[in-house]
Amino acid sequence: MVYARRLDGRKFDEMRQIEAKVGIIKRADGSAMFRFGNTIAYAAVYGPRNLYPKFLQDPSKGILRCHYNMMPFSSAGERVRPGGSRRSKEISMVTKNALLPIVNLEEYPNSVVDVFIELPQTEAGSRCAGICAASMALADAGLIMKDLVAAVSVGRVDDRVVVDLDYSEESYSGIVADIPIAYLPTLDKLTLLQMDGIVPKETLMEALKLGLKACMKINELQKKALKQKYITEGVEDAQ
Amino acid sequence: MHNELKSQVLKLLASGLRLDGRKATEYRKPIKVEYGFTKTAEGSAKVTIGDTEVIAGVKLEIMTPYPDTPDQGSIMVGAELLPLSSPEFELGPPGNQAIELARVVDRGIRESKAIDFKALCIEPGVKAWMVVIDLCTINDAGNLFDVCALAALAALKNAKFPKYEDGKIDYRTKTSEELPLQEEPISVTVLKIGNHFIVDPDNEEELVAEARLTVAIMSDGSLCALQKGGEFAIKLEDVNQMIGIASDGSKALREAL
Repeated sequence: MVYARRLDGRKFDEMRQIEAKVGIIKRADGSAMFRFGNTIAYAAVYGPRNLYPKFLQDPSKGILRCHYNMMPFSSAGERVRPGGSRRSKEISMVTKNALLPIVNLEEYPNSVVDVFIELPQTEAGSRCAGICAASMALADAGLIMKDLVAAVSVGRVDDRVVVDLDYSEESYSGIVADIPIAYLPTLDKLTLLQMDGIVPKETLMEALKLGLKACMKINELQKKALKQKYITEGVEDAQ
Repeated sequence: MHNELKSQVLKLLASGLRLDGRKATEYRKPIKVEYGFTKTAEGSAKVTIGDTEVIAGVKLEIMTPYPDTPDQGSIMVGAELLPLSSPEFELGPPGNQAIELARVVDRGIRESKAIDFKALCIEPGVKAWMVVIDLCTINDAGNLFDVCALAALAALKNAKFPKYEDGKIDYRTKTSEELPLQEEPISVTVLKIGNHFIVDPDNEEELVAEARLTVAIMSDGSLCALQKGGEFAIKLEDVNQMIGIASDGSKALREAL
């Protein structure tokens, strides 16, 4: 089959509208929001802080904990029951693994850095939005980091390679593959790679290359959002 | 506990001021209600009072009416003190604080008859609408009771029924039909510190408060729900004074809707 035109009219390498903002939750040590179209993720970072119970402490390095959660009203379908699911557990784990390589945890022995990701509204791509927000929140918390992480989903819809699939594409009746990735632009490495769907090897590599390009764009927006917070504060101080 | 903080707060209150410079019965600014914050909910609102932020979302479900009220639908209120919103909140099932918060919000809506439960009935004894209100804290800078109650009411006002056909809900198609609302209860929480009464406490004032009274007030000024909180006992004249302060305070919140 031929996927001549994307269902929402975007170009094949075009992401949904992106919004990135840093410092949205005052009580957190670091926070950020990241939006792909109708998918909104909030992330808050608390820490490094003391870790209890004490036997969990590691004297050689700090530990990173991530928690991904959809708000009960964040799905376009039925209410999501609070309390977590197998899906949210797995996403929490892959999110942690996606973020772990960028945080210099050796600097924080016996401590914990907690990352909480909450989604008030979702429409595909929520784990990627969560990782993008969490990465900015970690930087906002002033942690010692090696890089930022940018995440996006790529994939194939029928004969075309596309970036940032939305709900209509994920649930499209033809052949679809959805491949969420997370990428470290400076270190040039992937920290998240999952796939649902069928795809030939060549198409996969083509899709990943497209994904890296999109991640570079996201990285620019993340850096801009981080700087923006301090630019604004500077202006206020000057007044 | 917090003796130092408490003596500071008391000293300021004696001269008519608070830690952030407000008067005793003054709300923080801004008081902001953003309707339709979450498109995936049937109704939603984000409410901000000062630095405290809460998102309320309404989802509509089909329920079997309760045996004692076969011709009525119902409501359910859940509150989640998200660990994202405060260093004090932890992961896990709702604790006492979250459950009390949800039940106090529930009581204000239920007892004021804000929703006509009979109009939620689809088929007596068989099917009715259940209105599920979920409250998610984004930033807890104090006074979650009033912010949550206001957010819940705003989300109800914003809600539209989804399409319902052949016994099935099509959540992706919203109708223009609003919920059968008939009252707008406003909750105001008054705190007692020493001999002083304040509204809209911040985190520090909540730490040193001796008593707390949450009052739900209807549009004609009658009271429809009360909750005394805190571990201290209060006198009858205190109750009288606190209710008076709450009634006055409700006007500022009602204007924000």
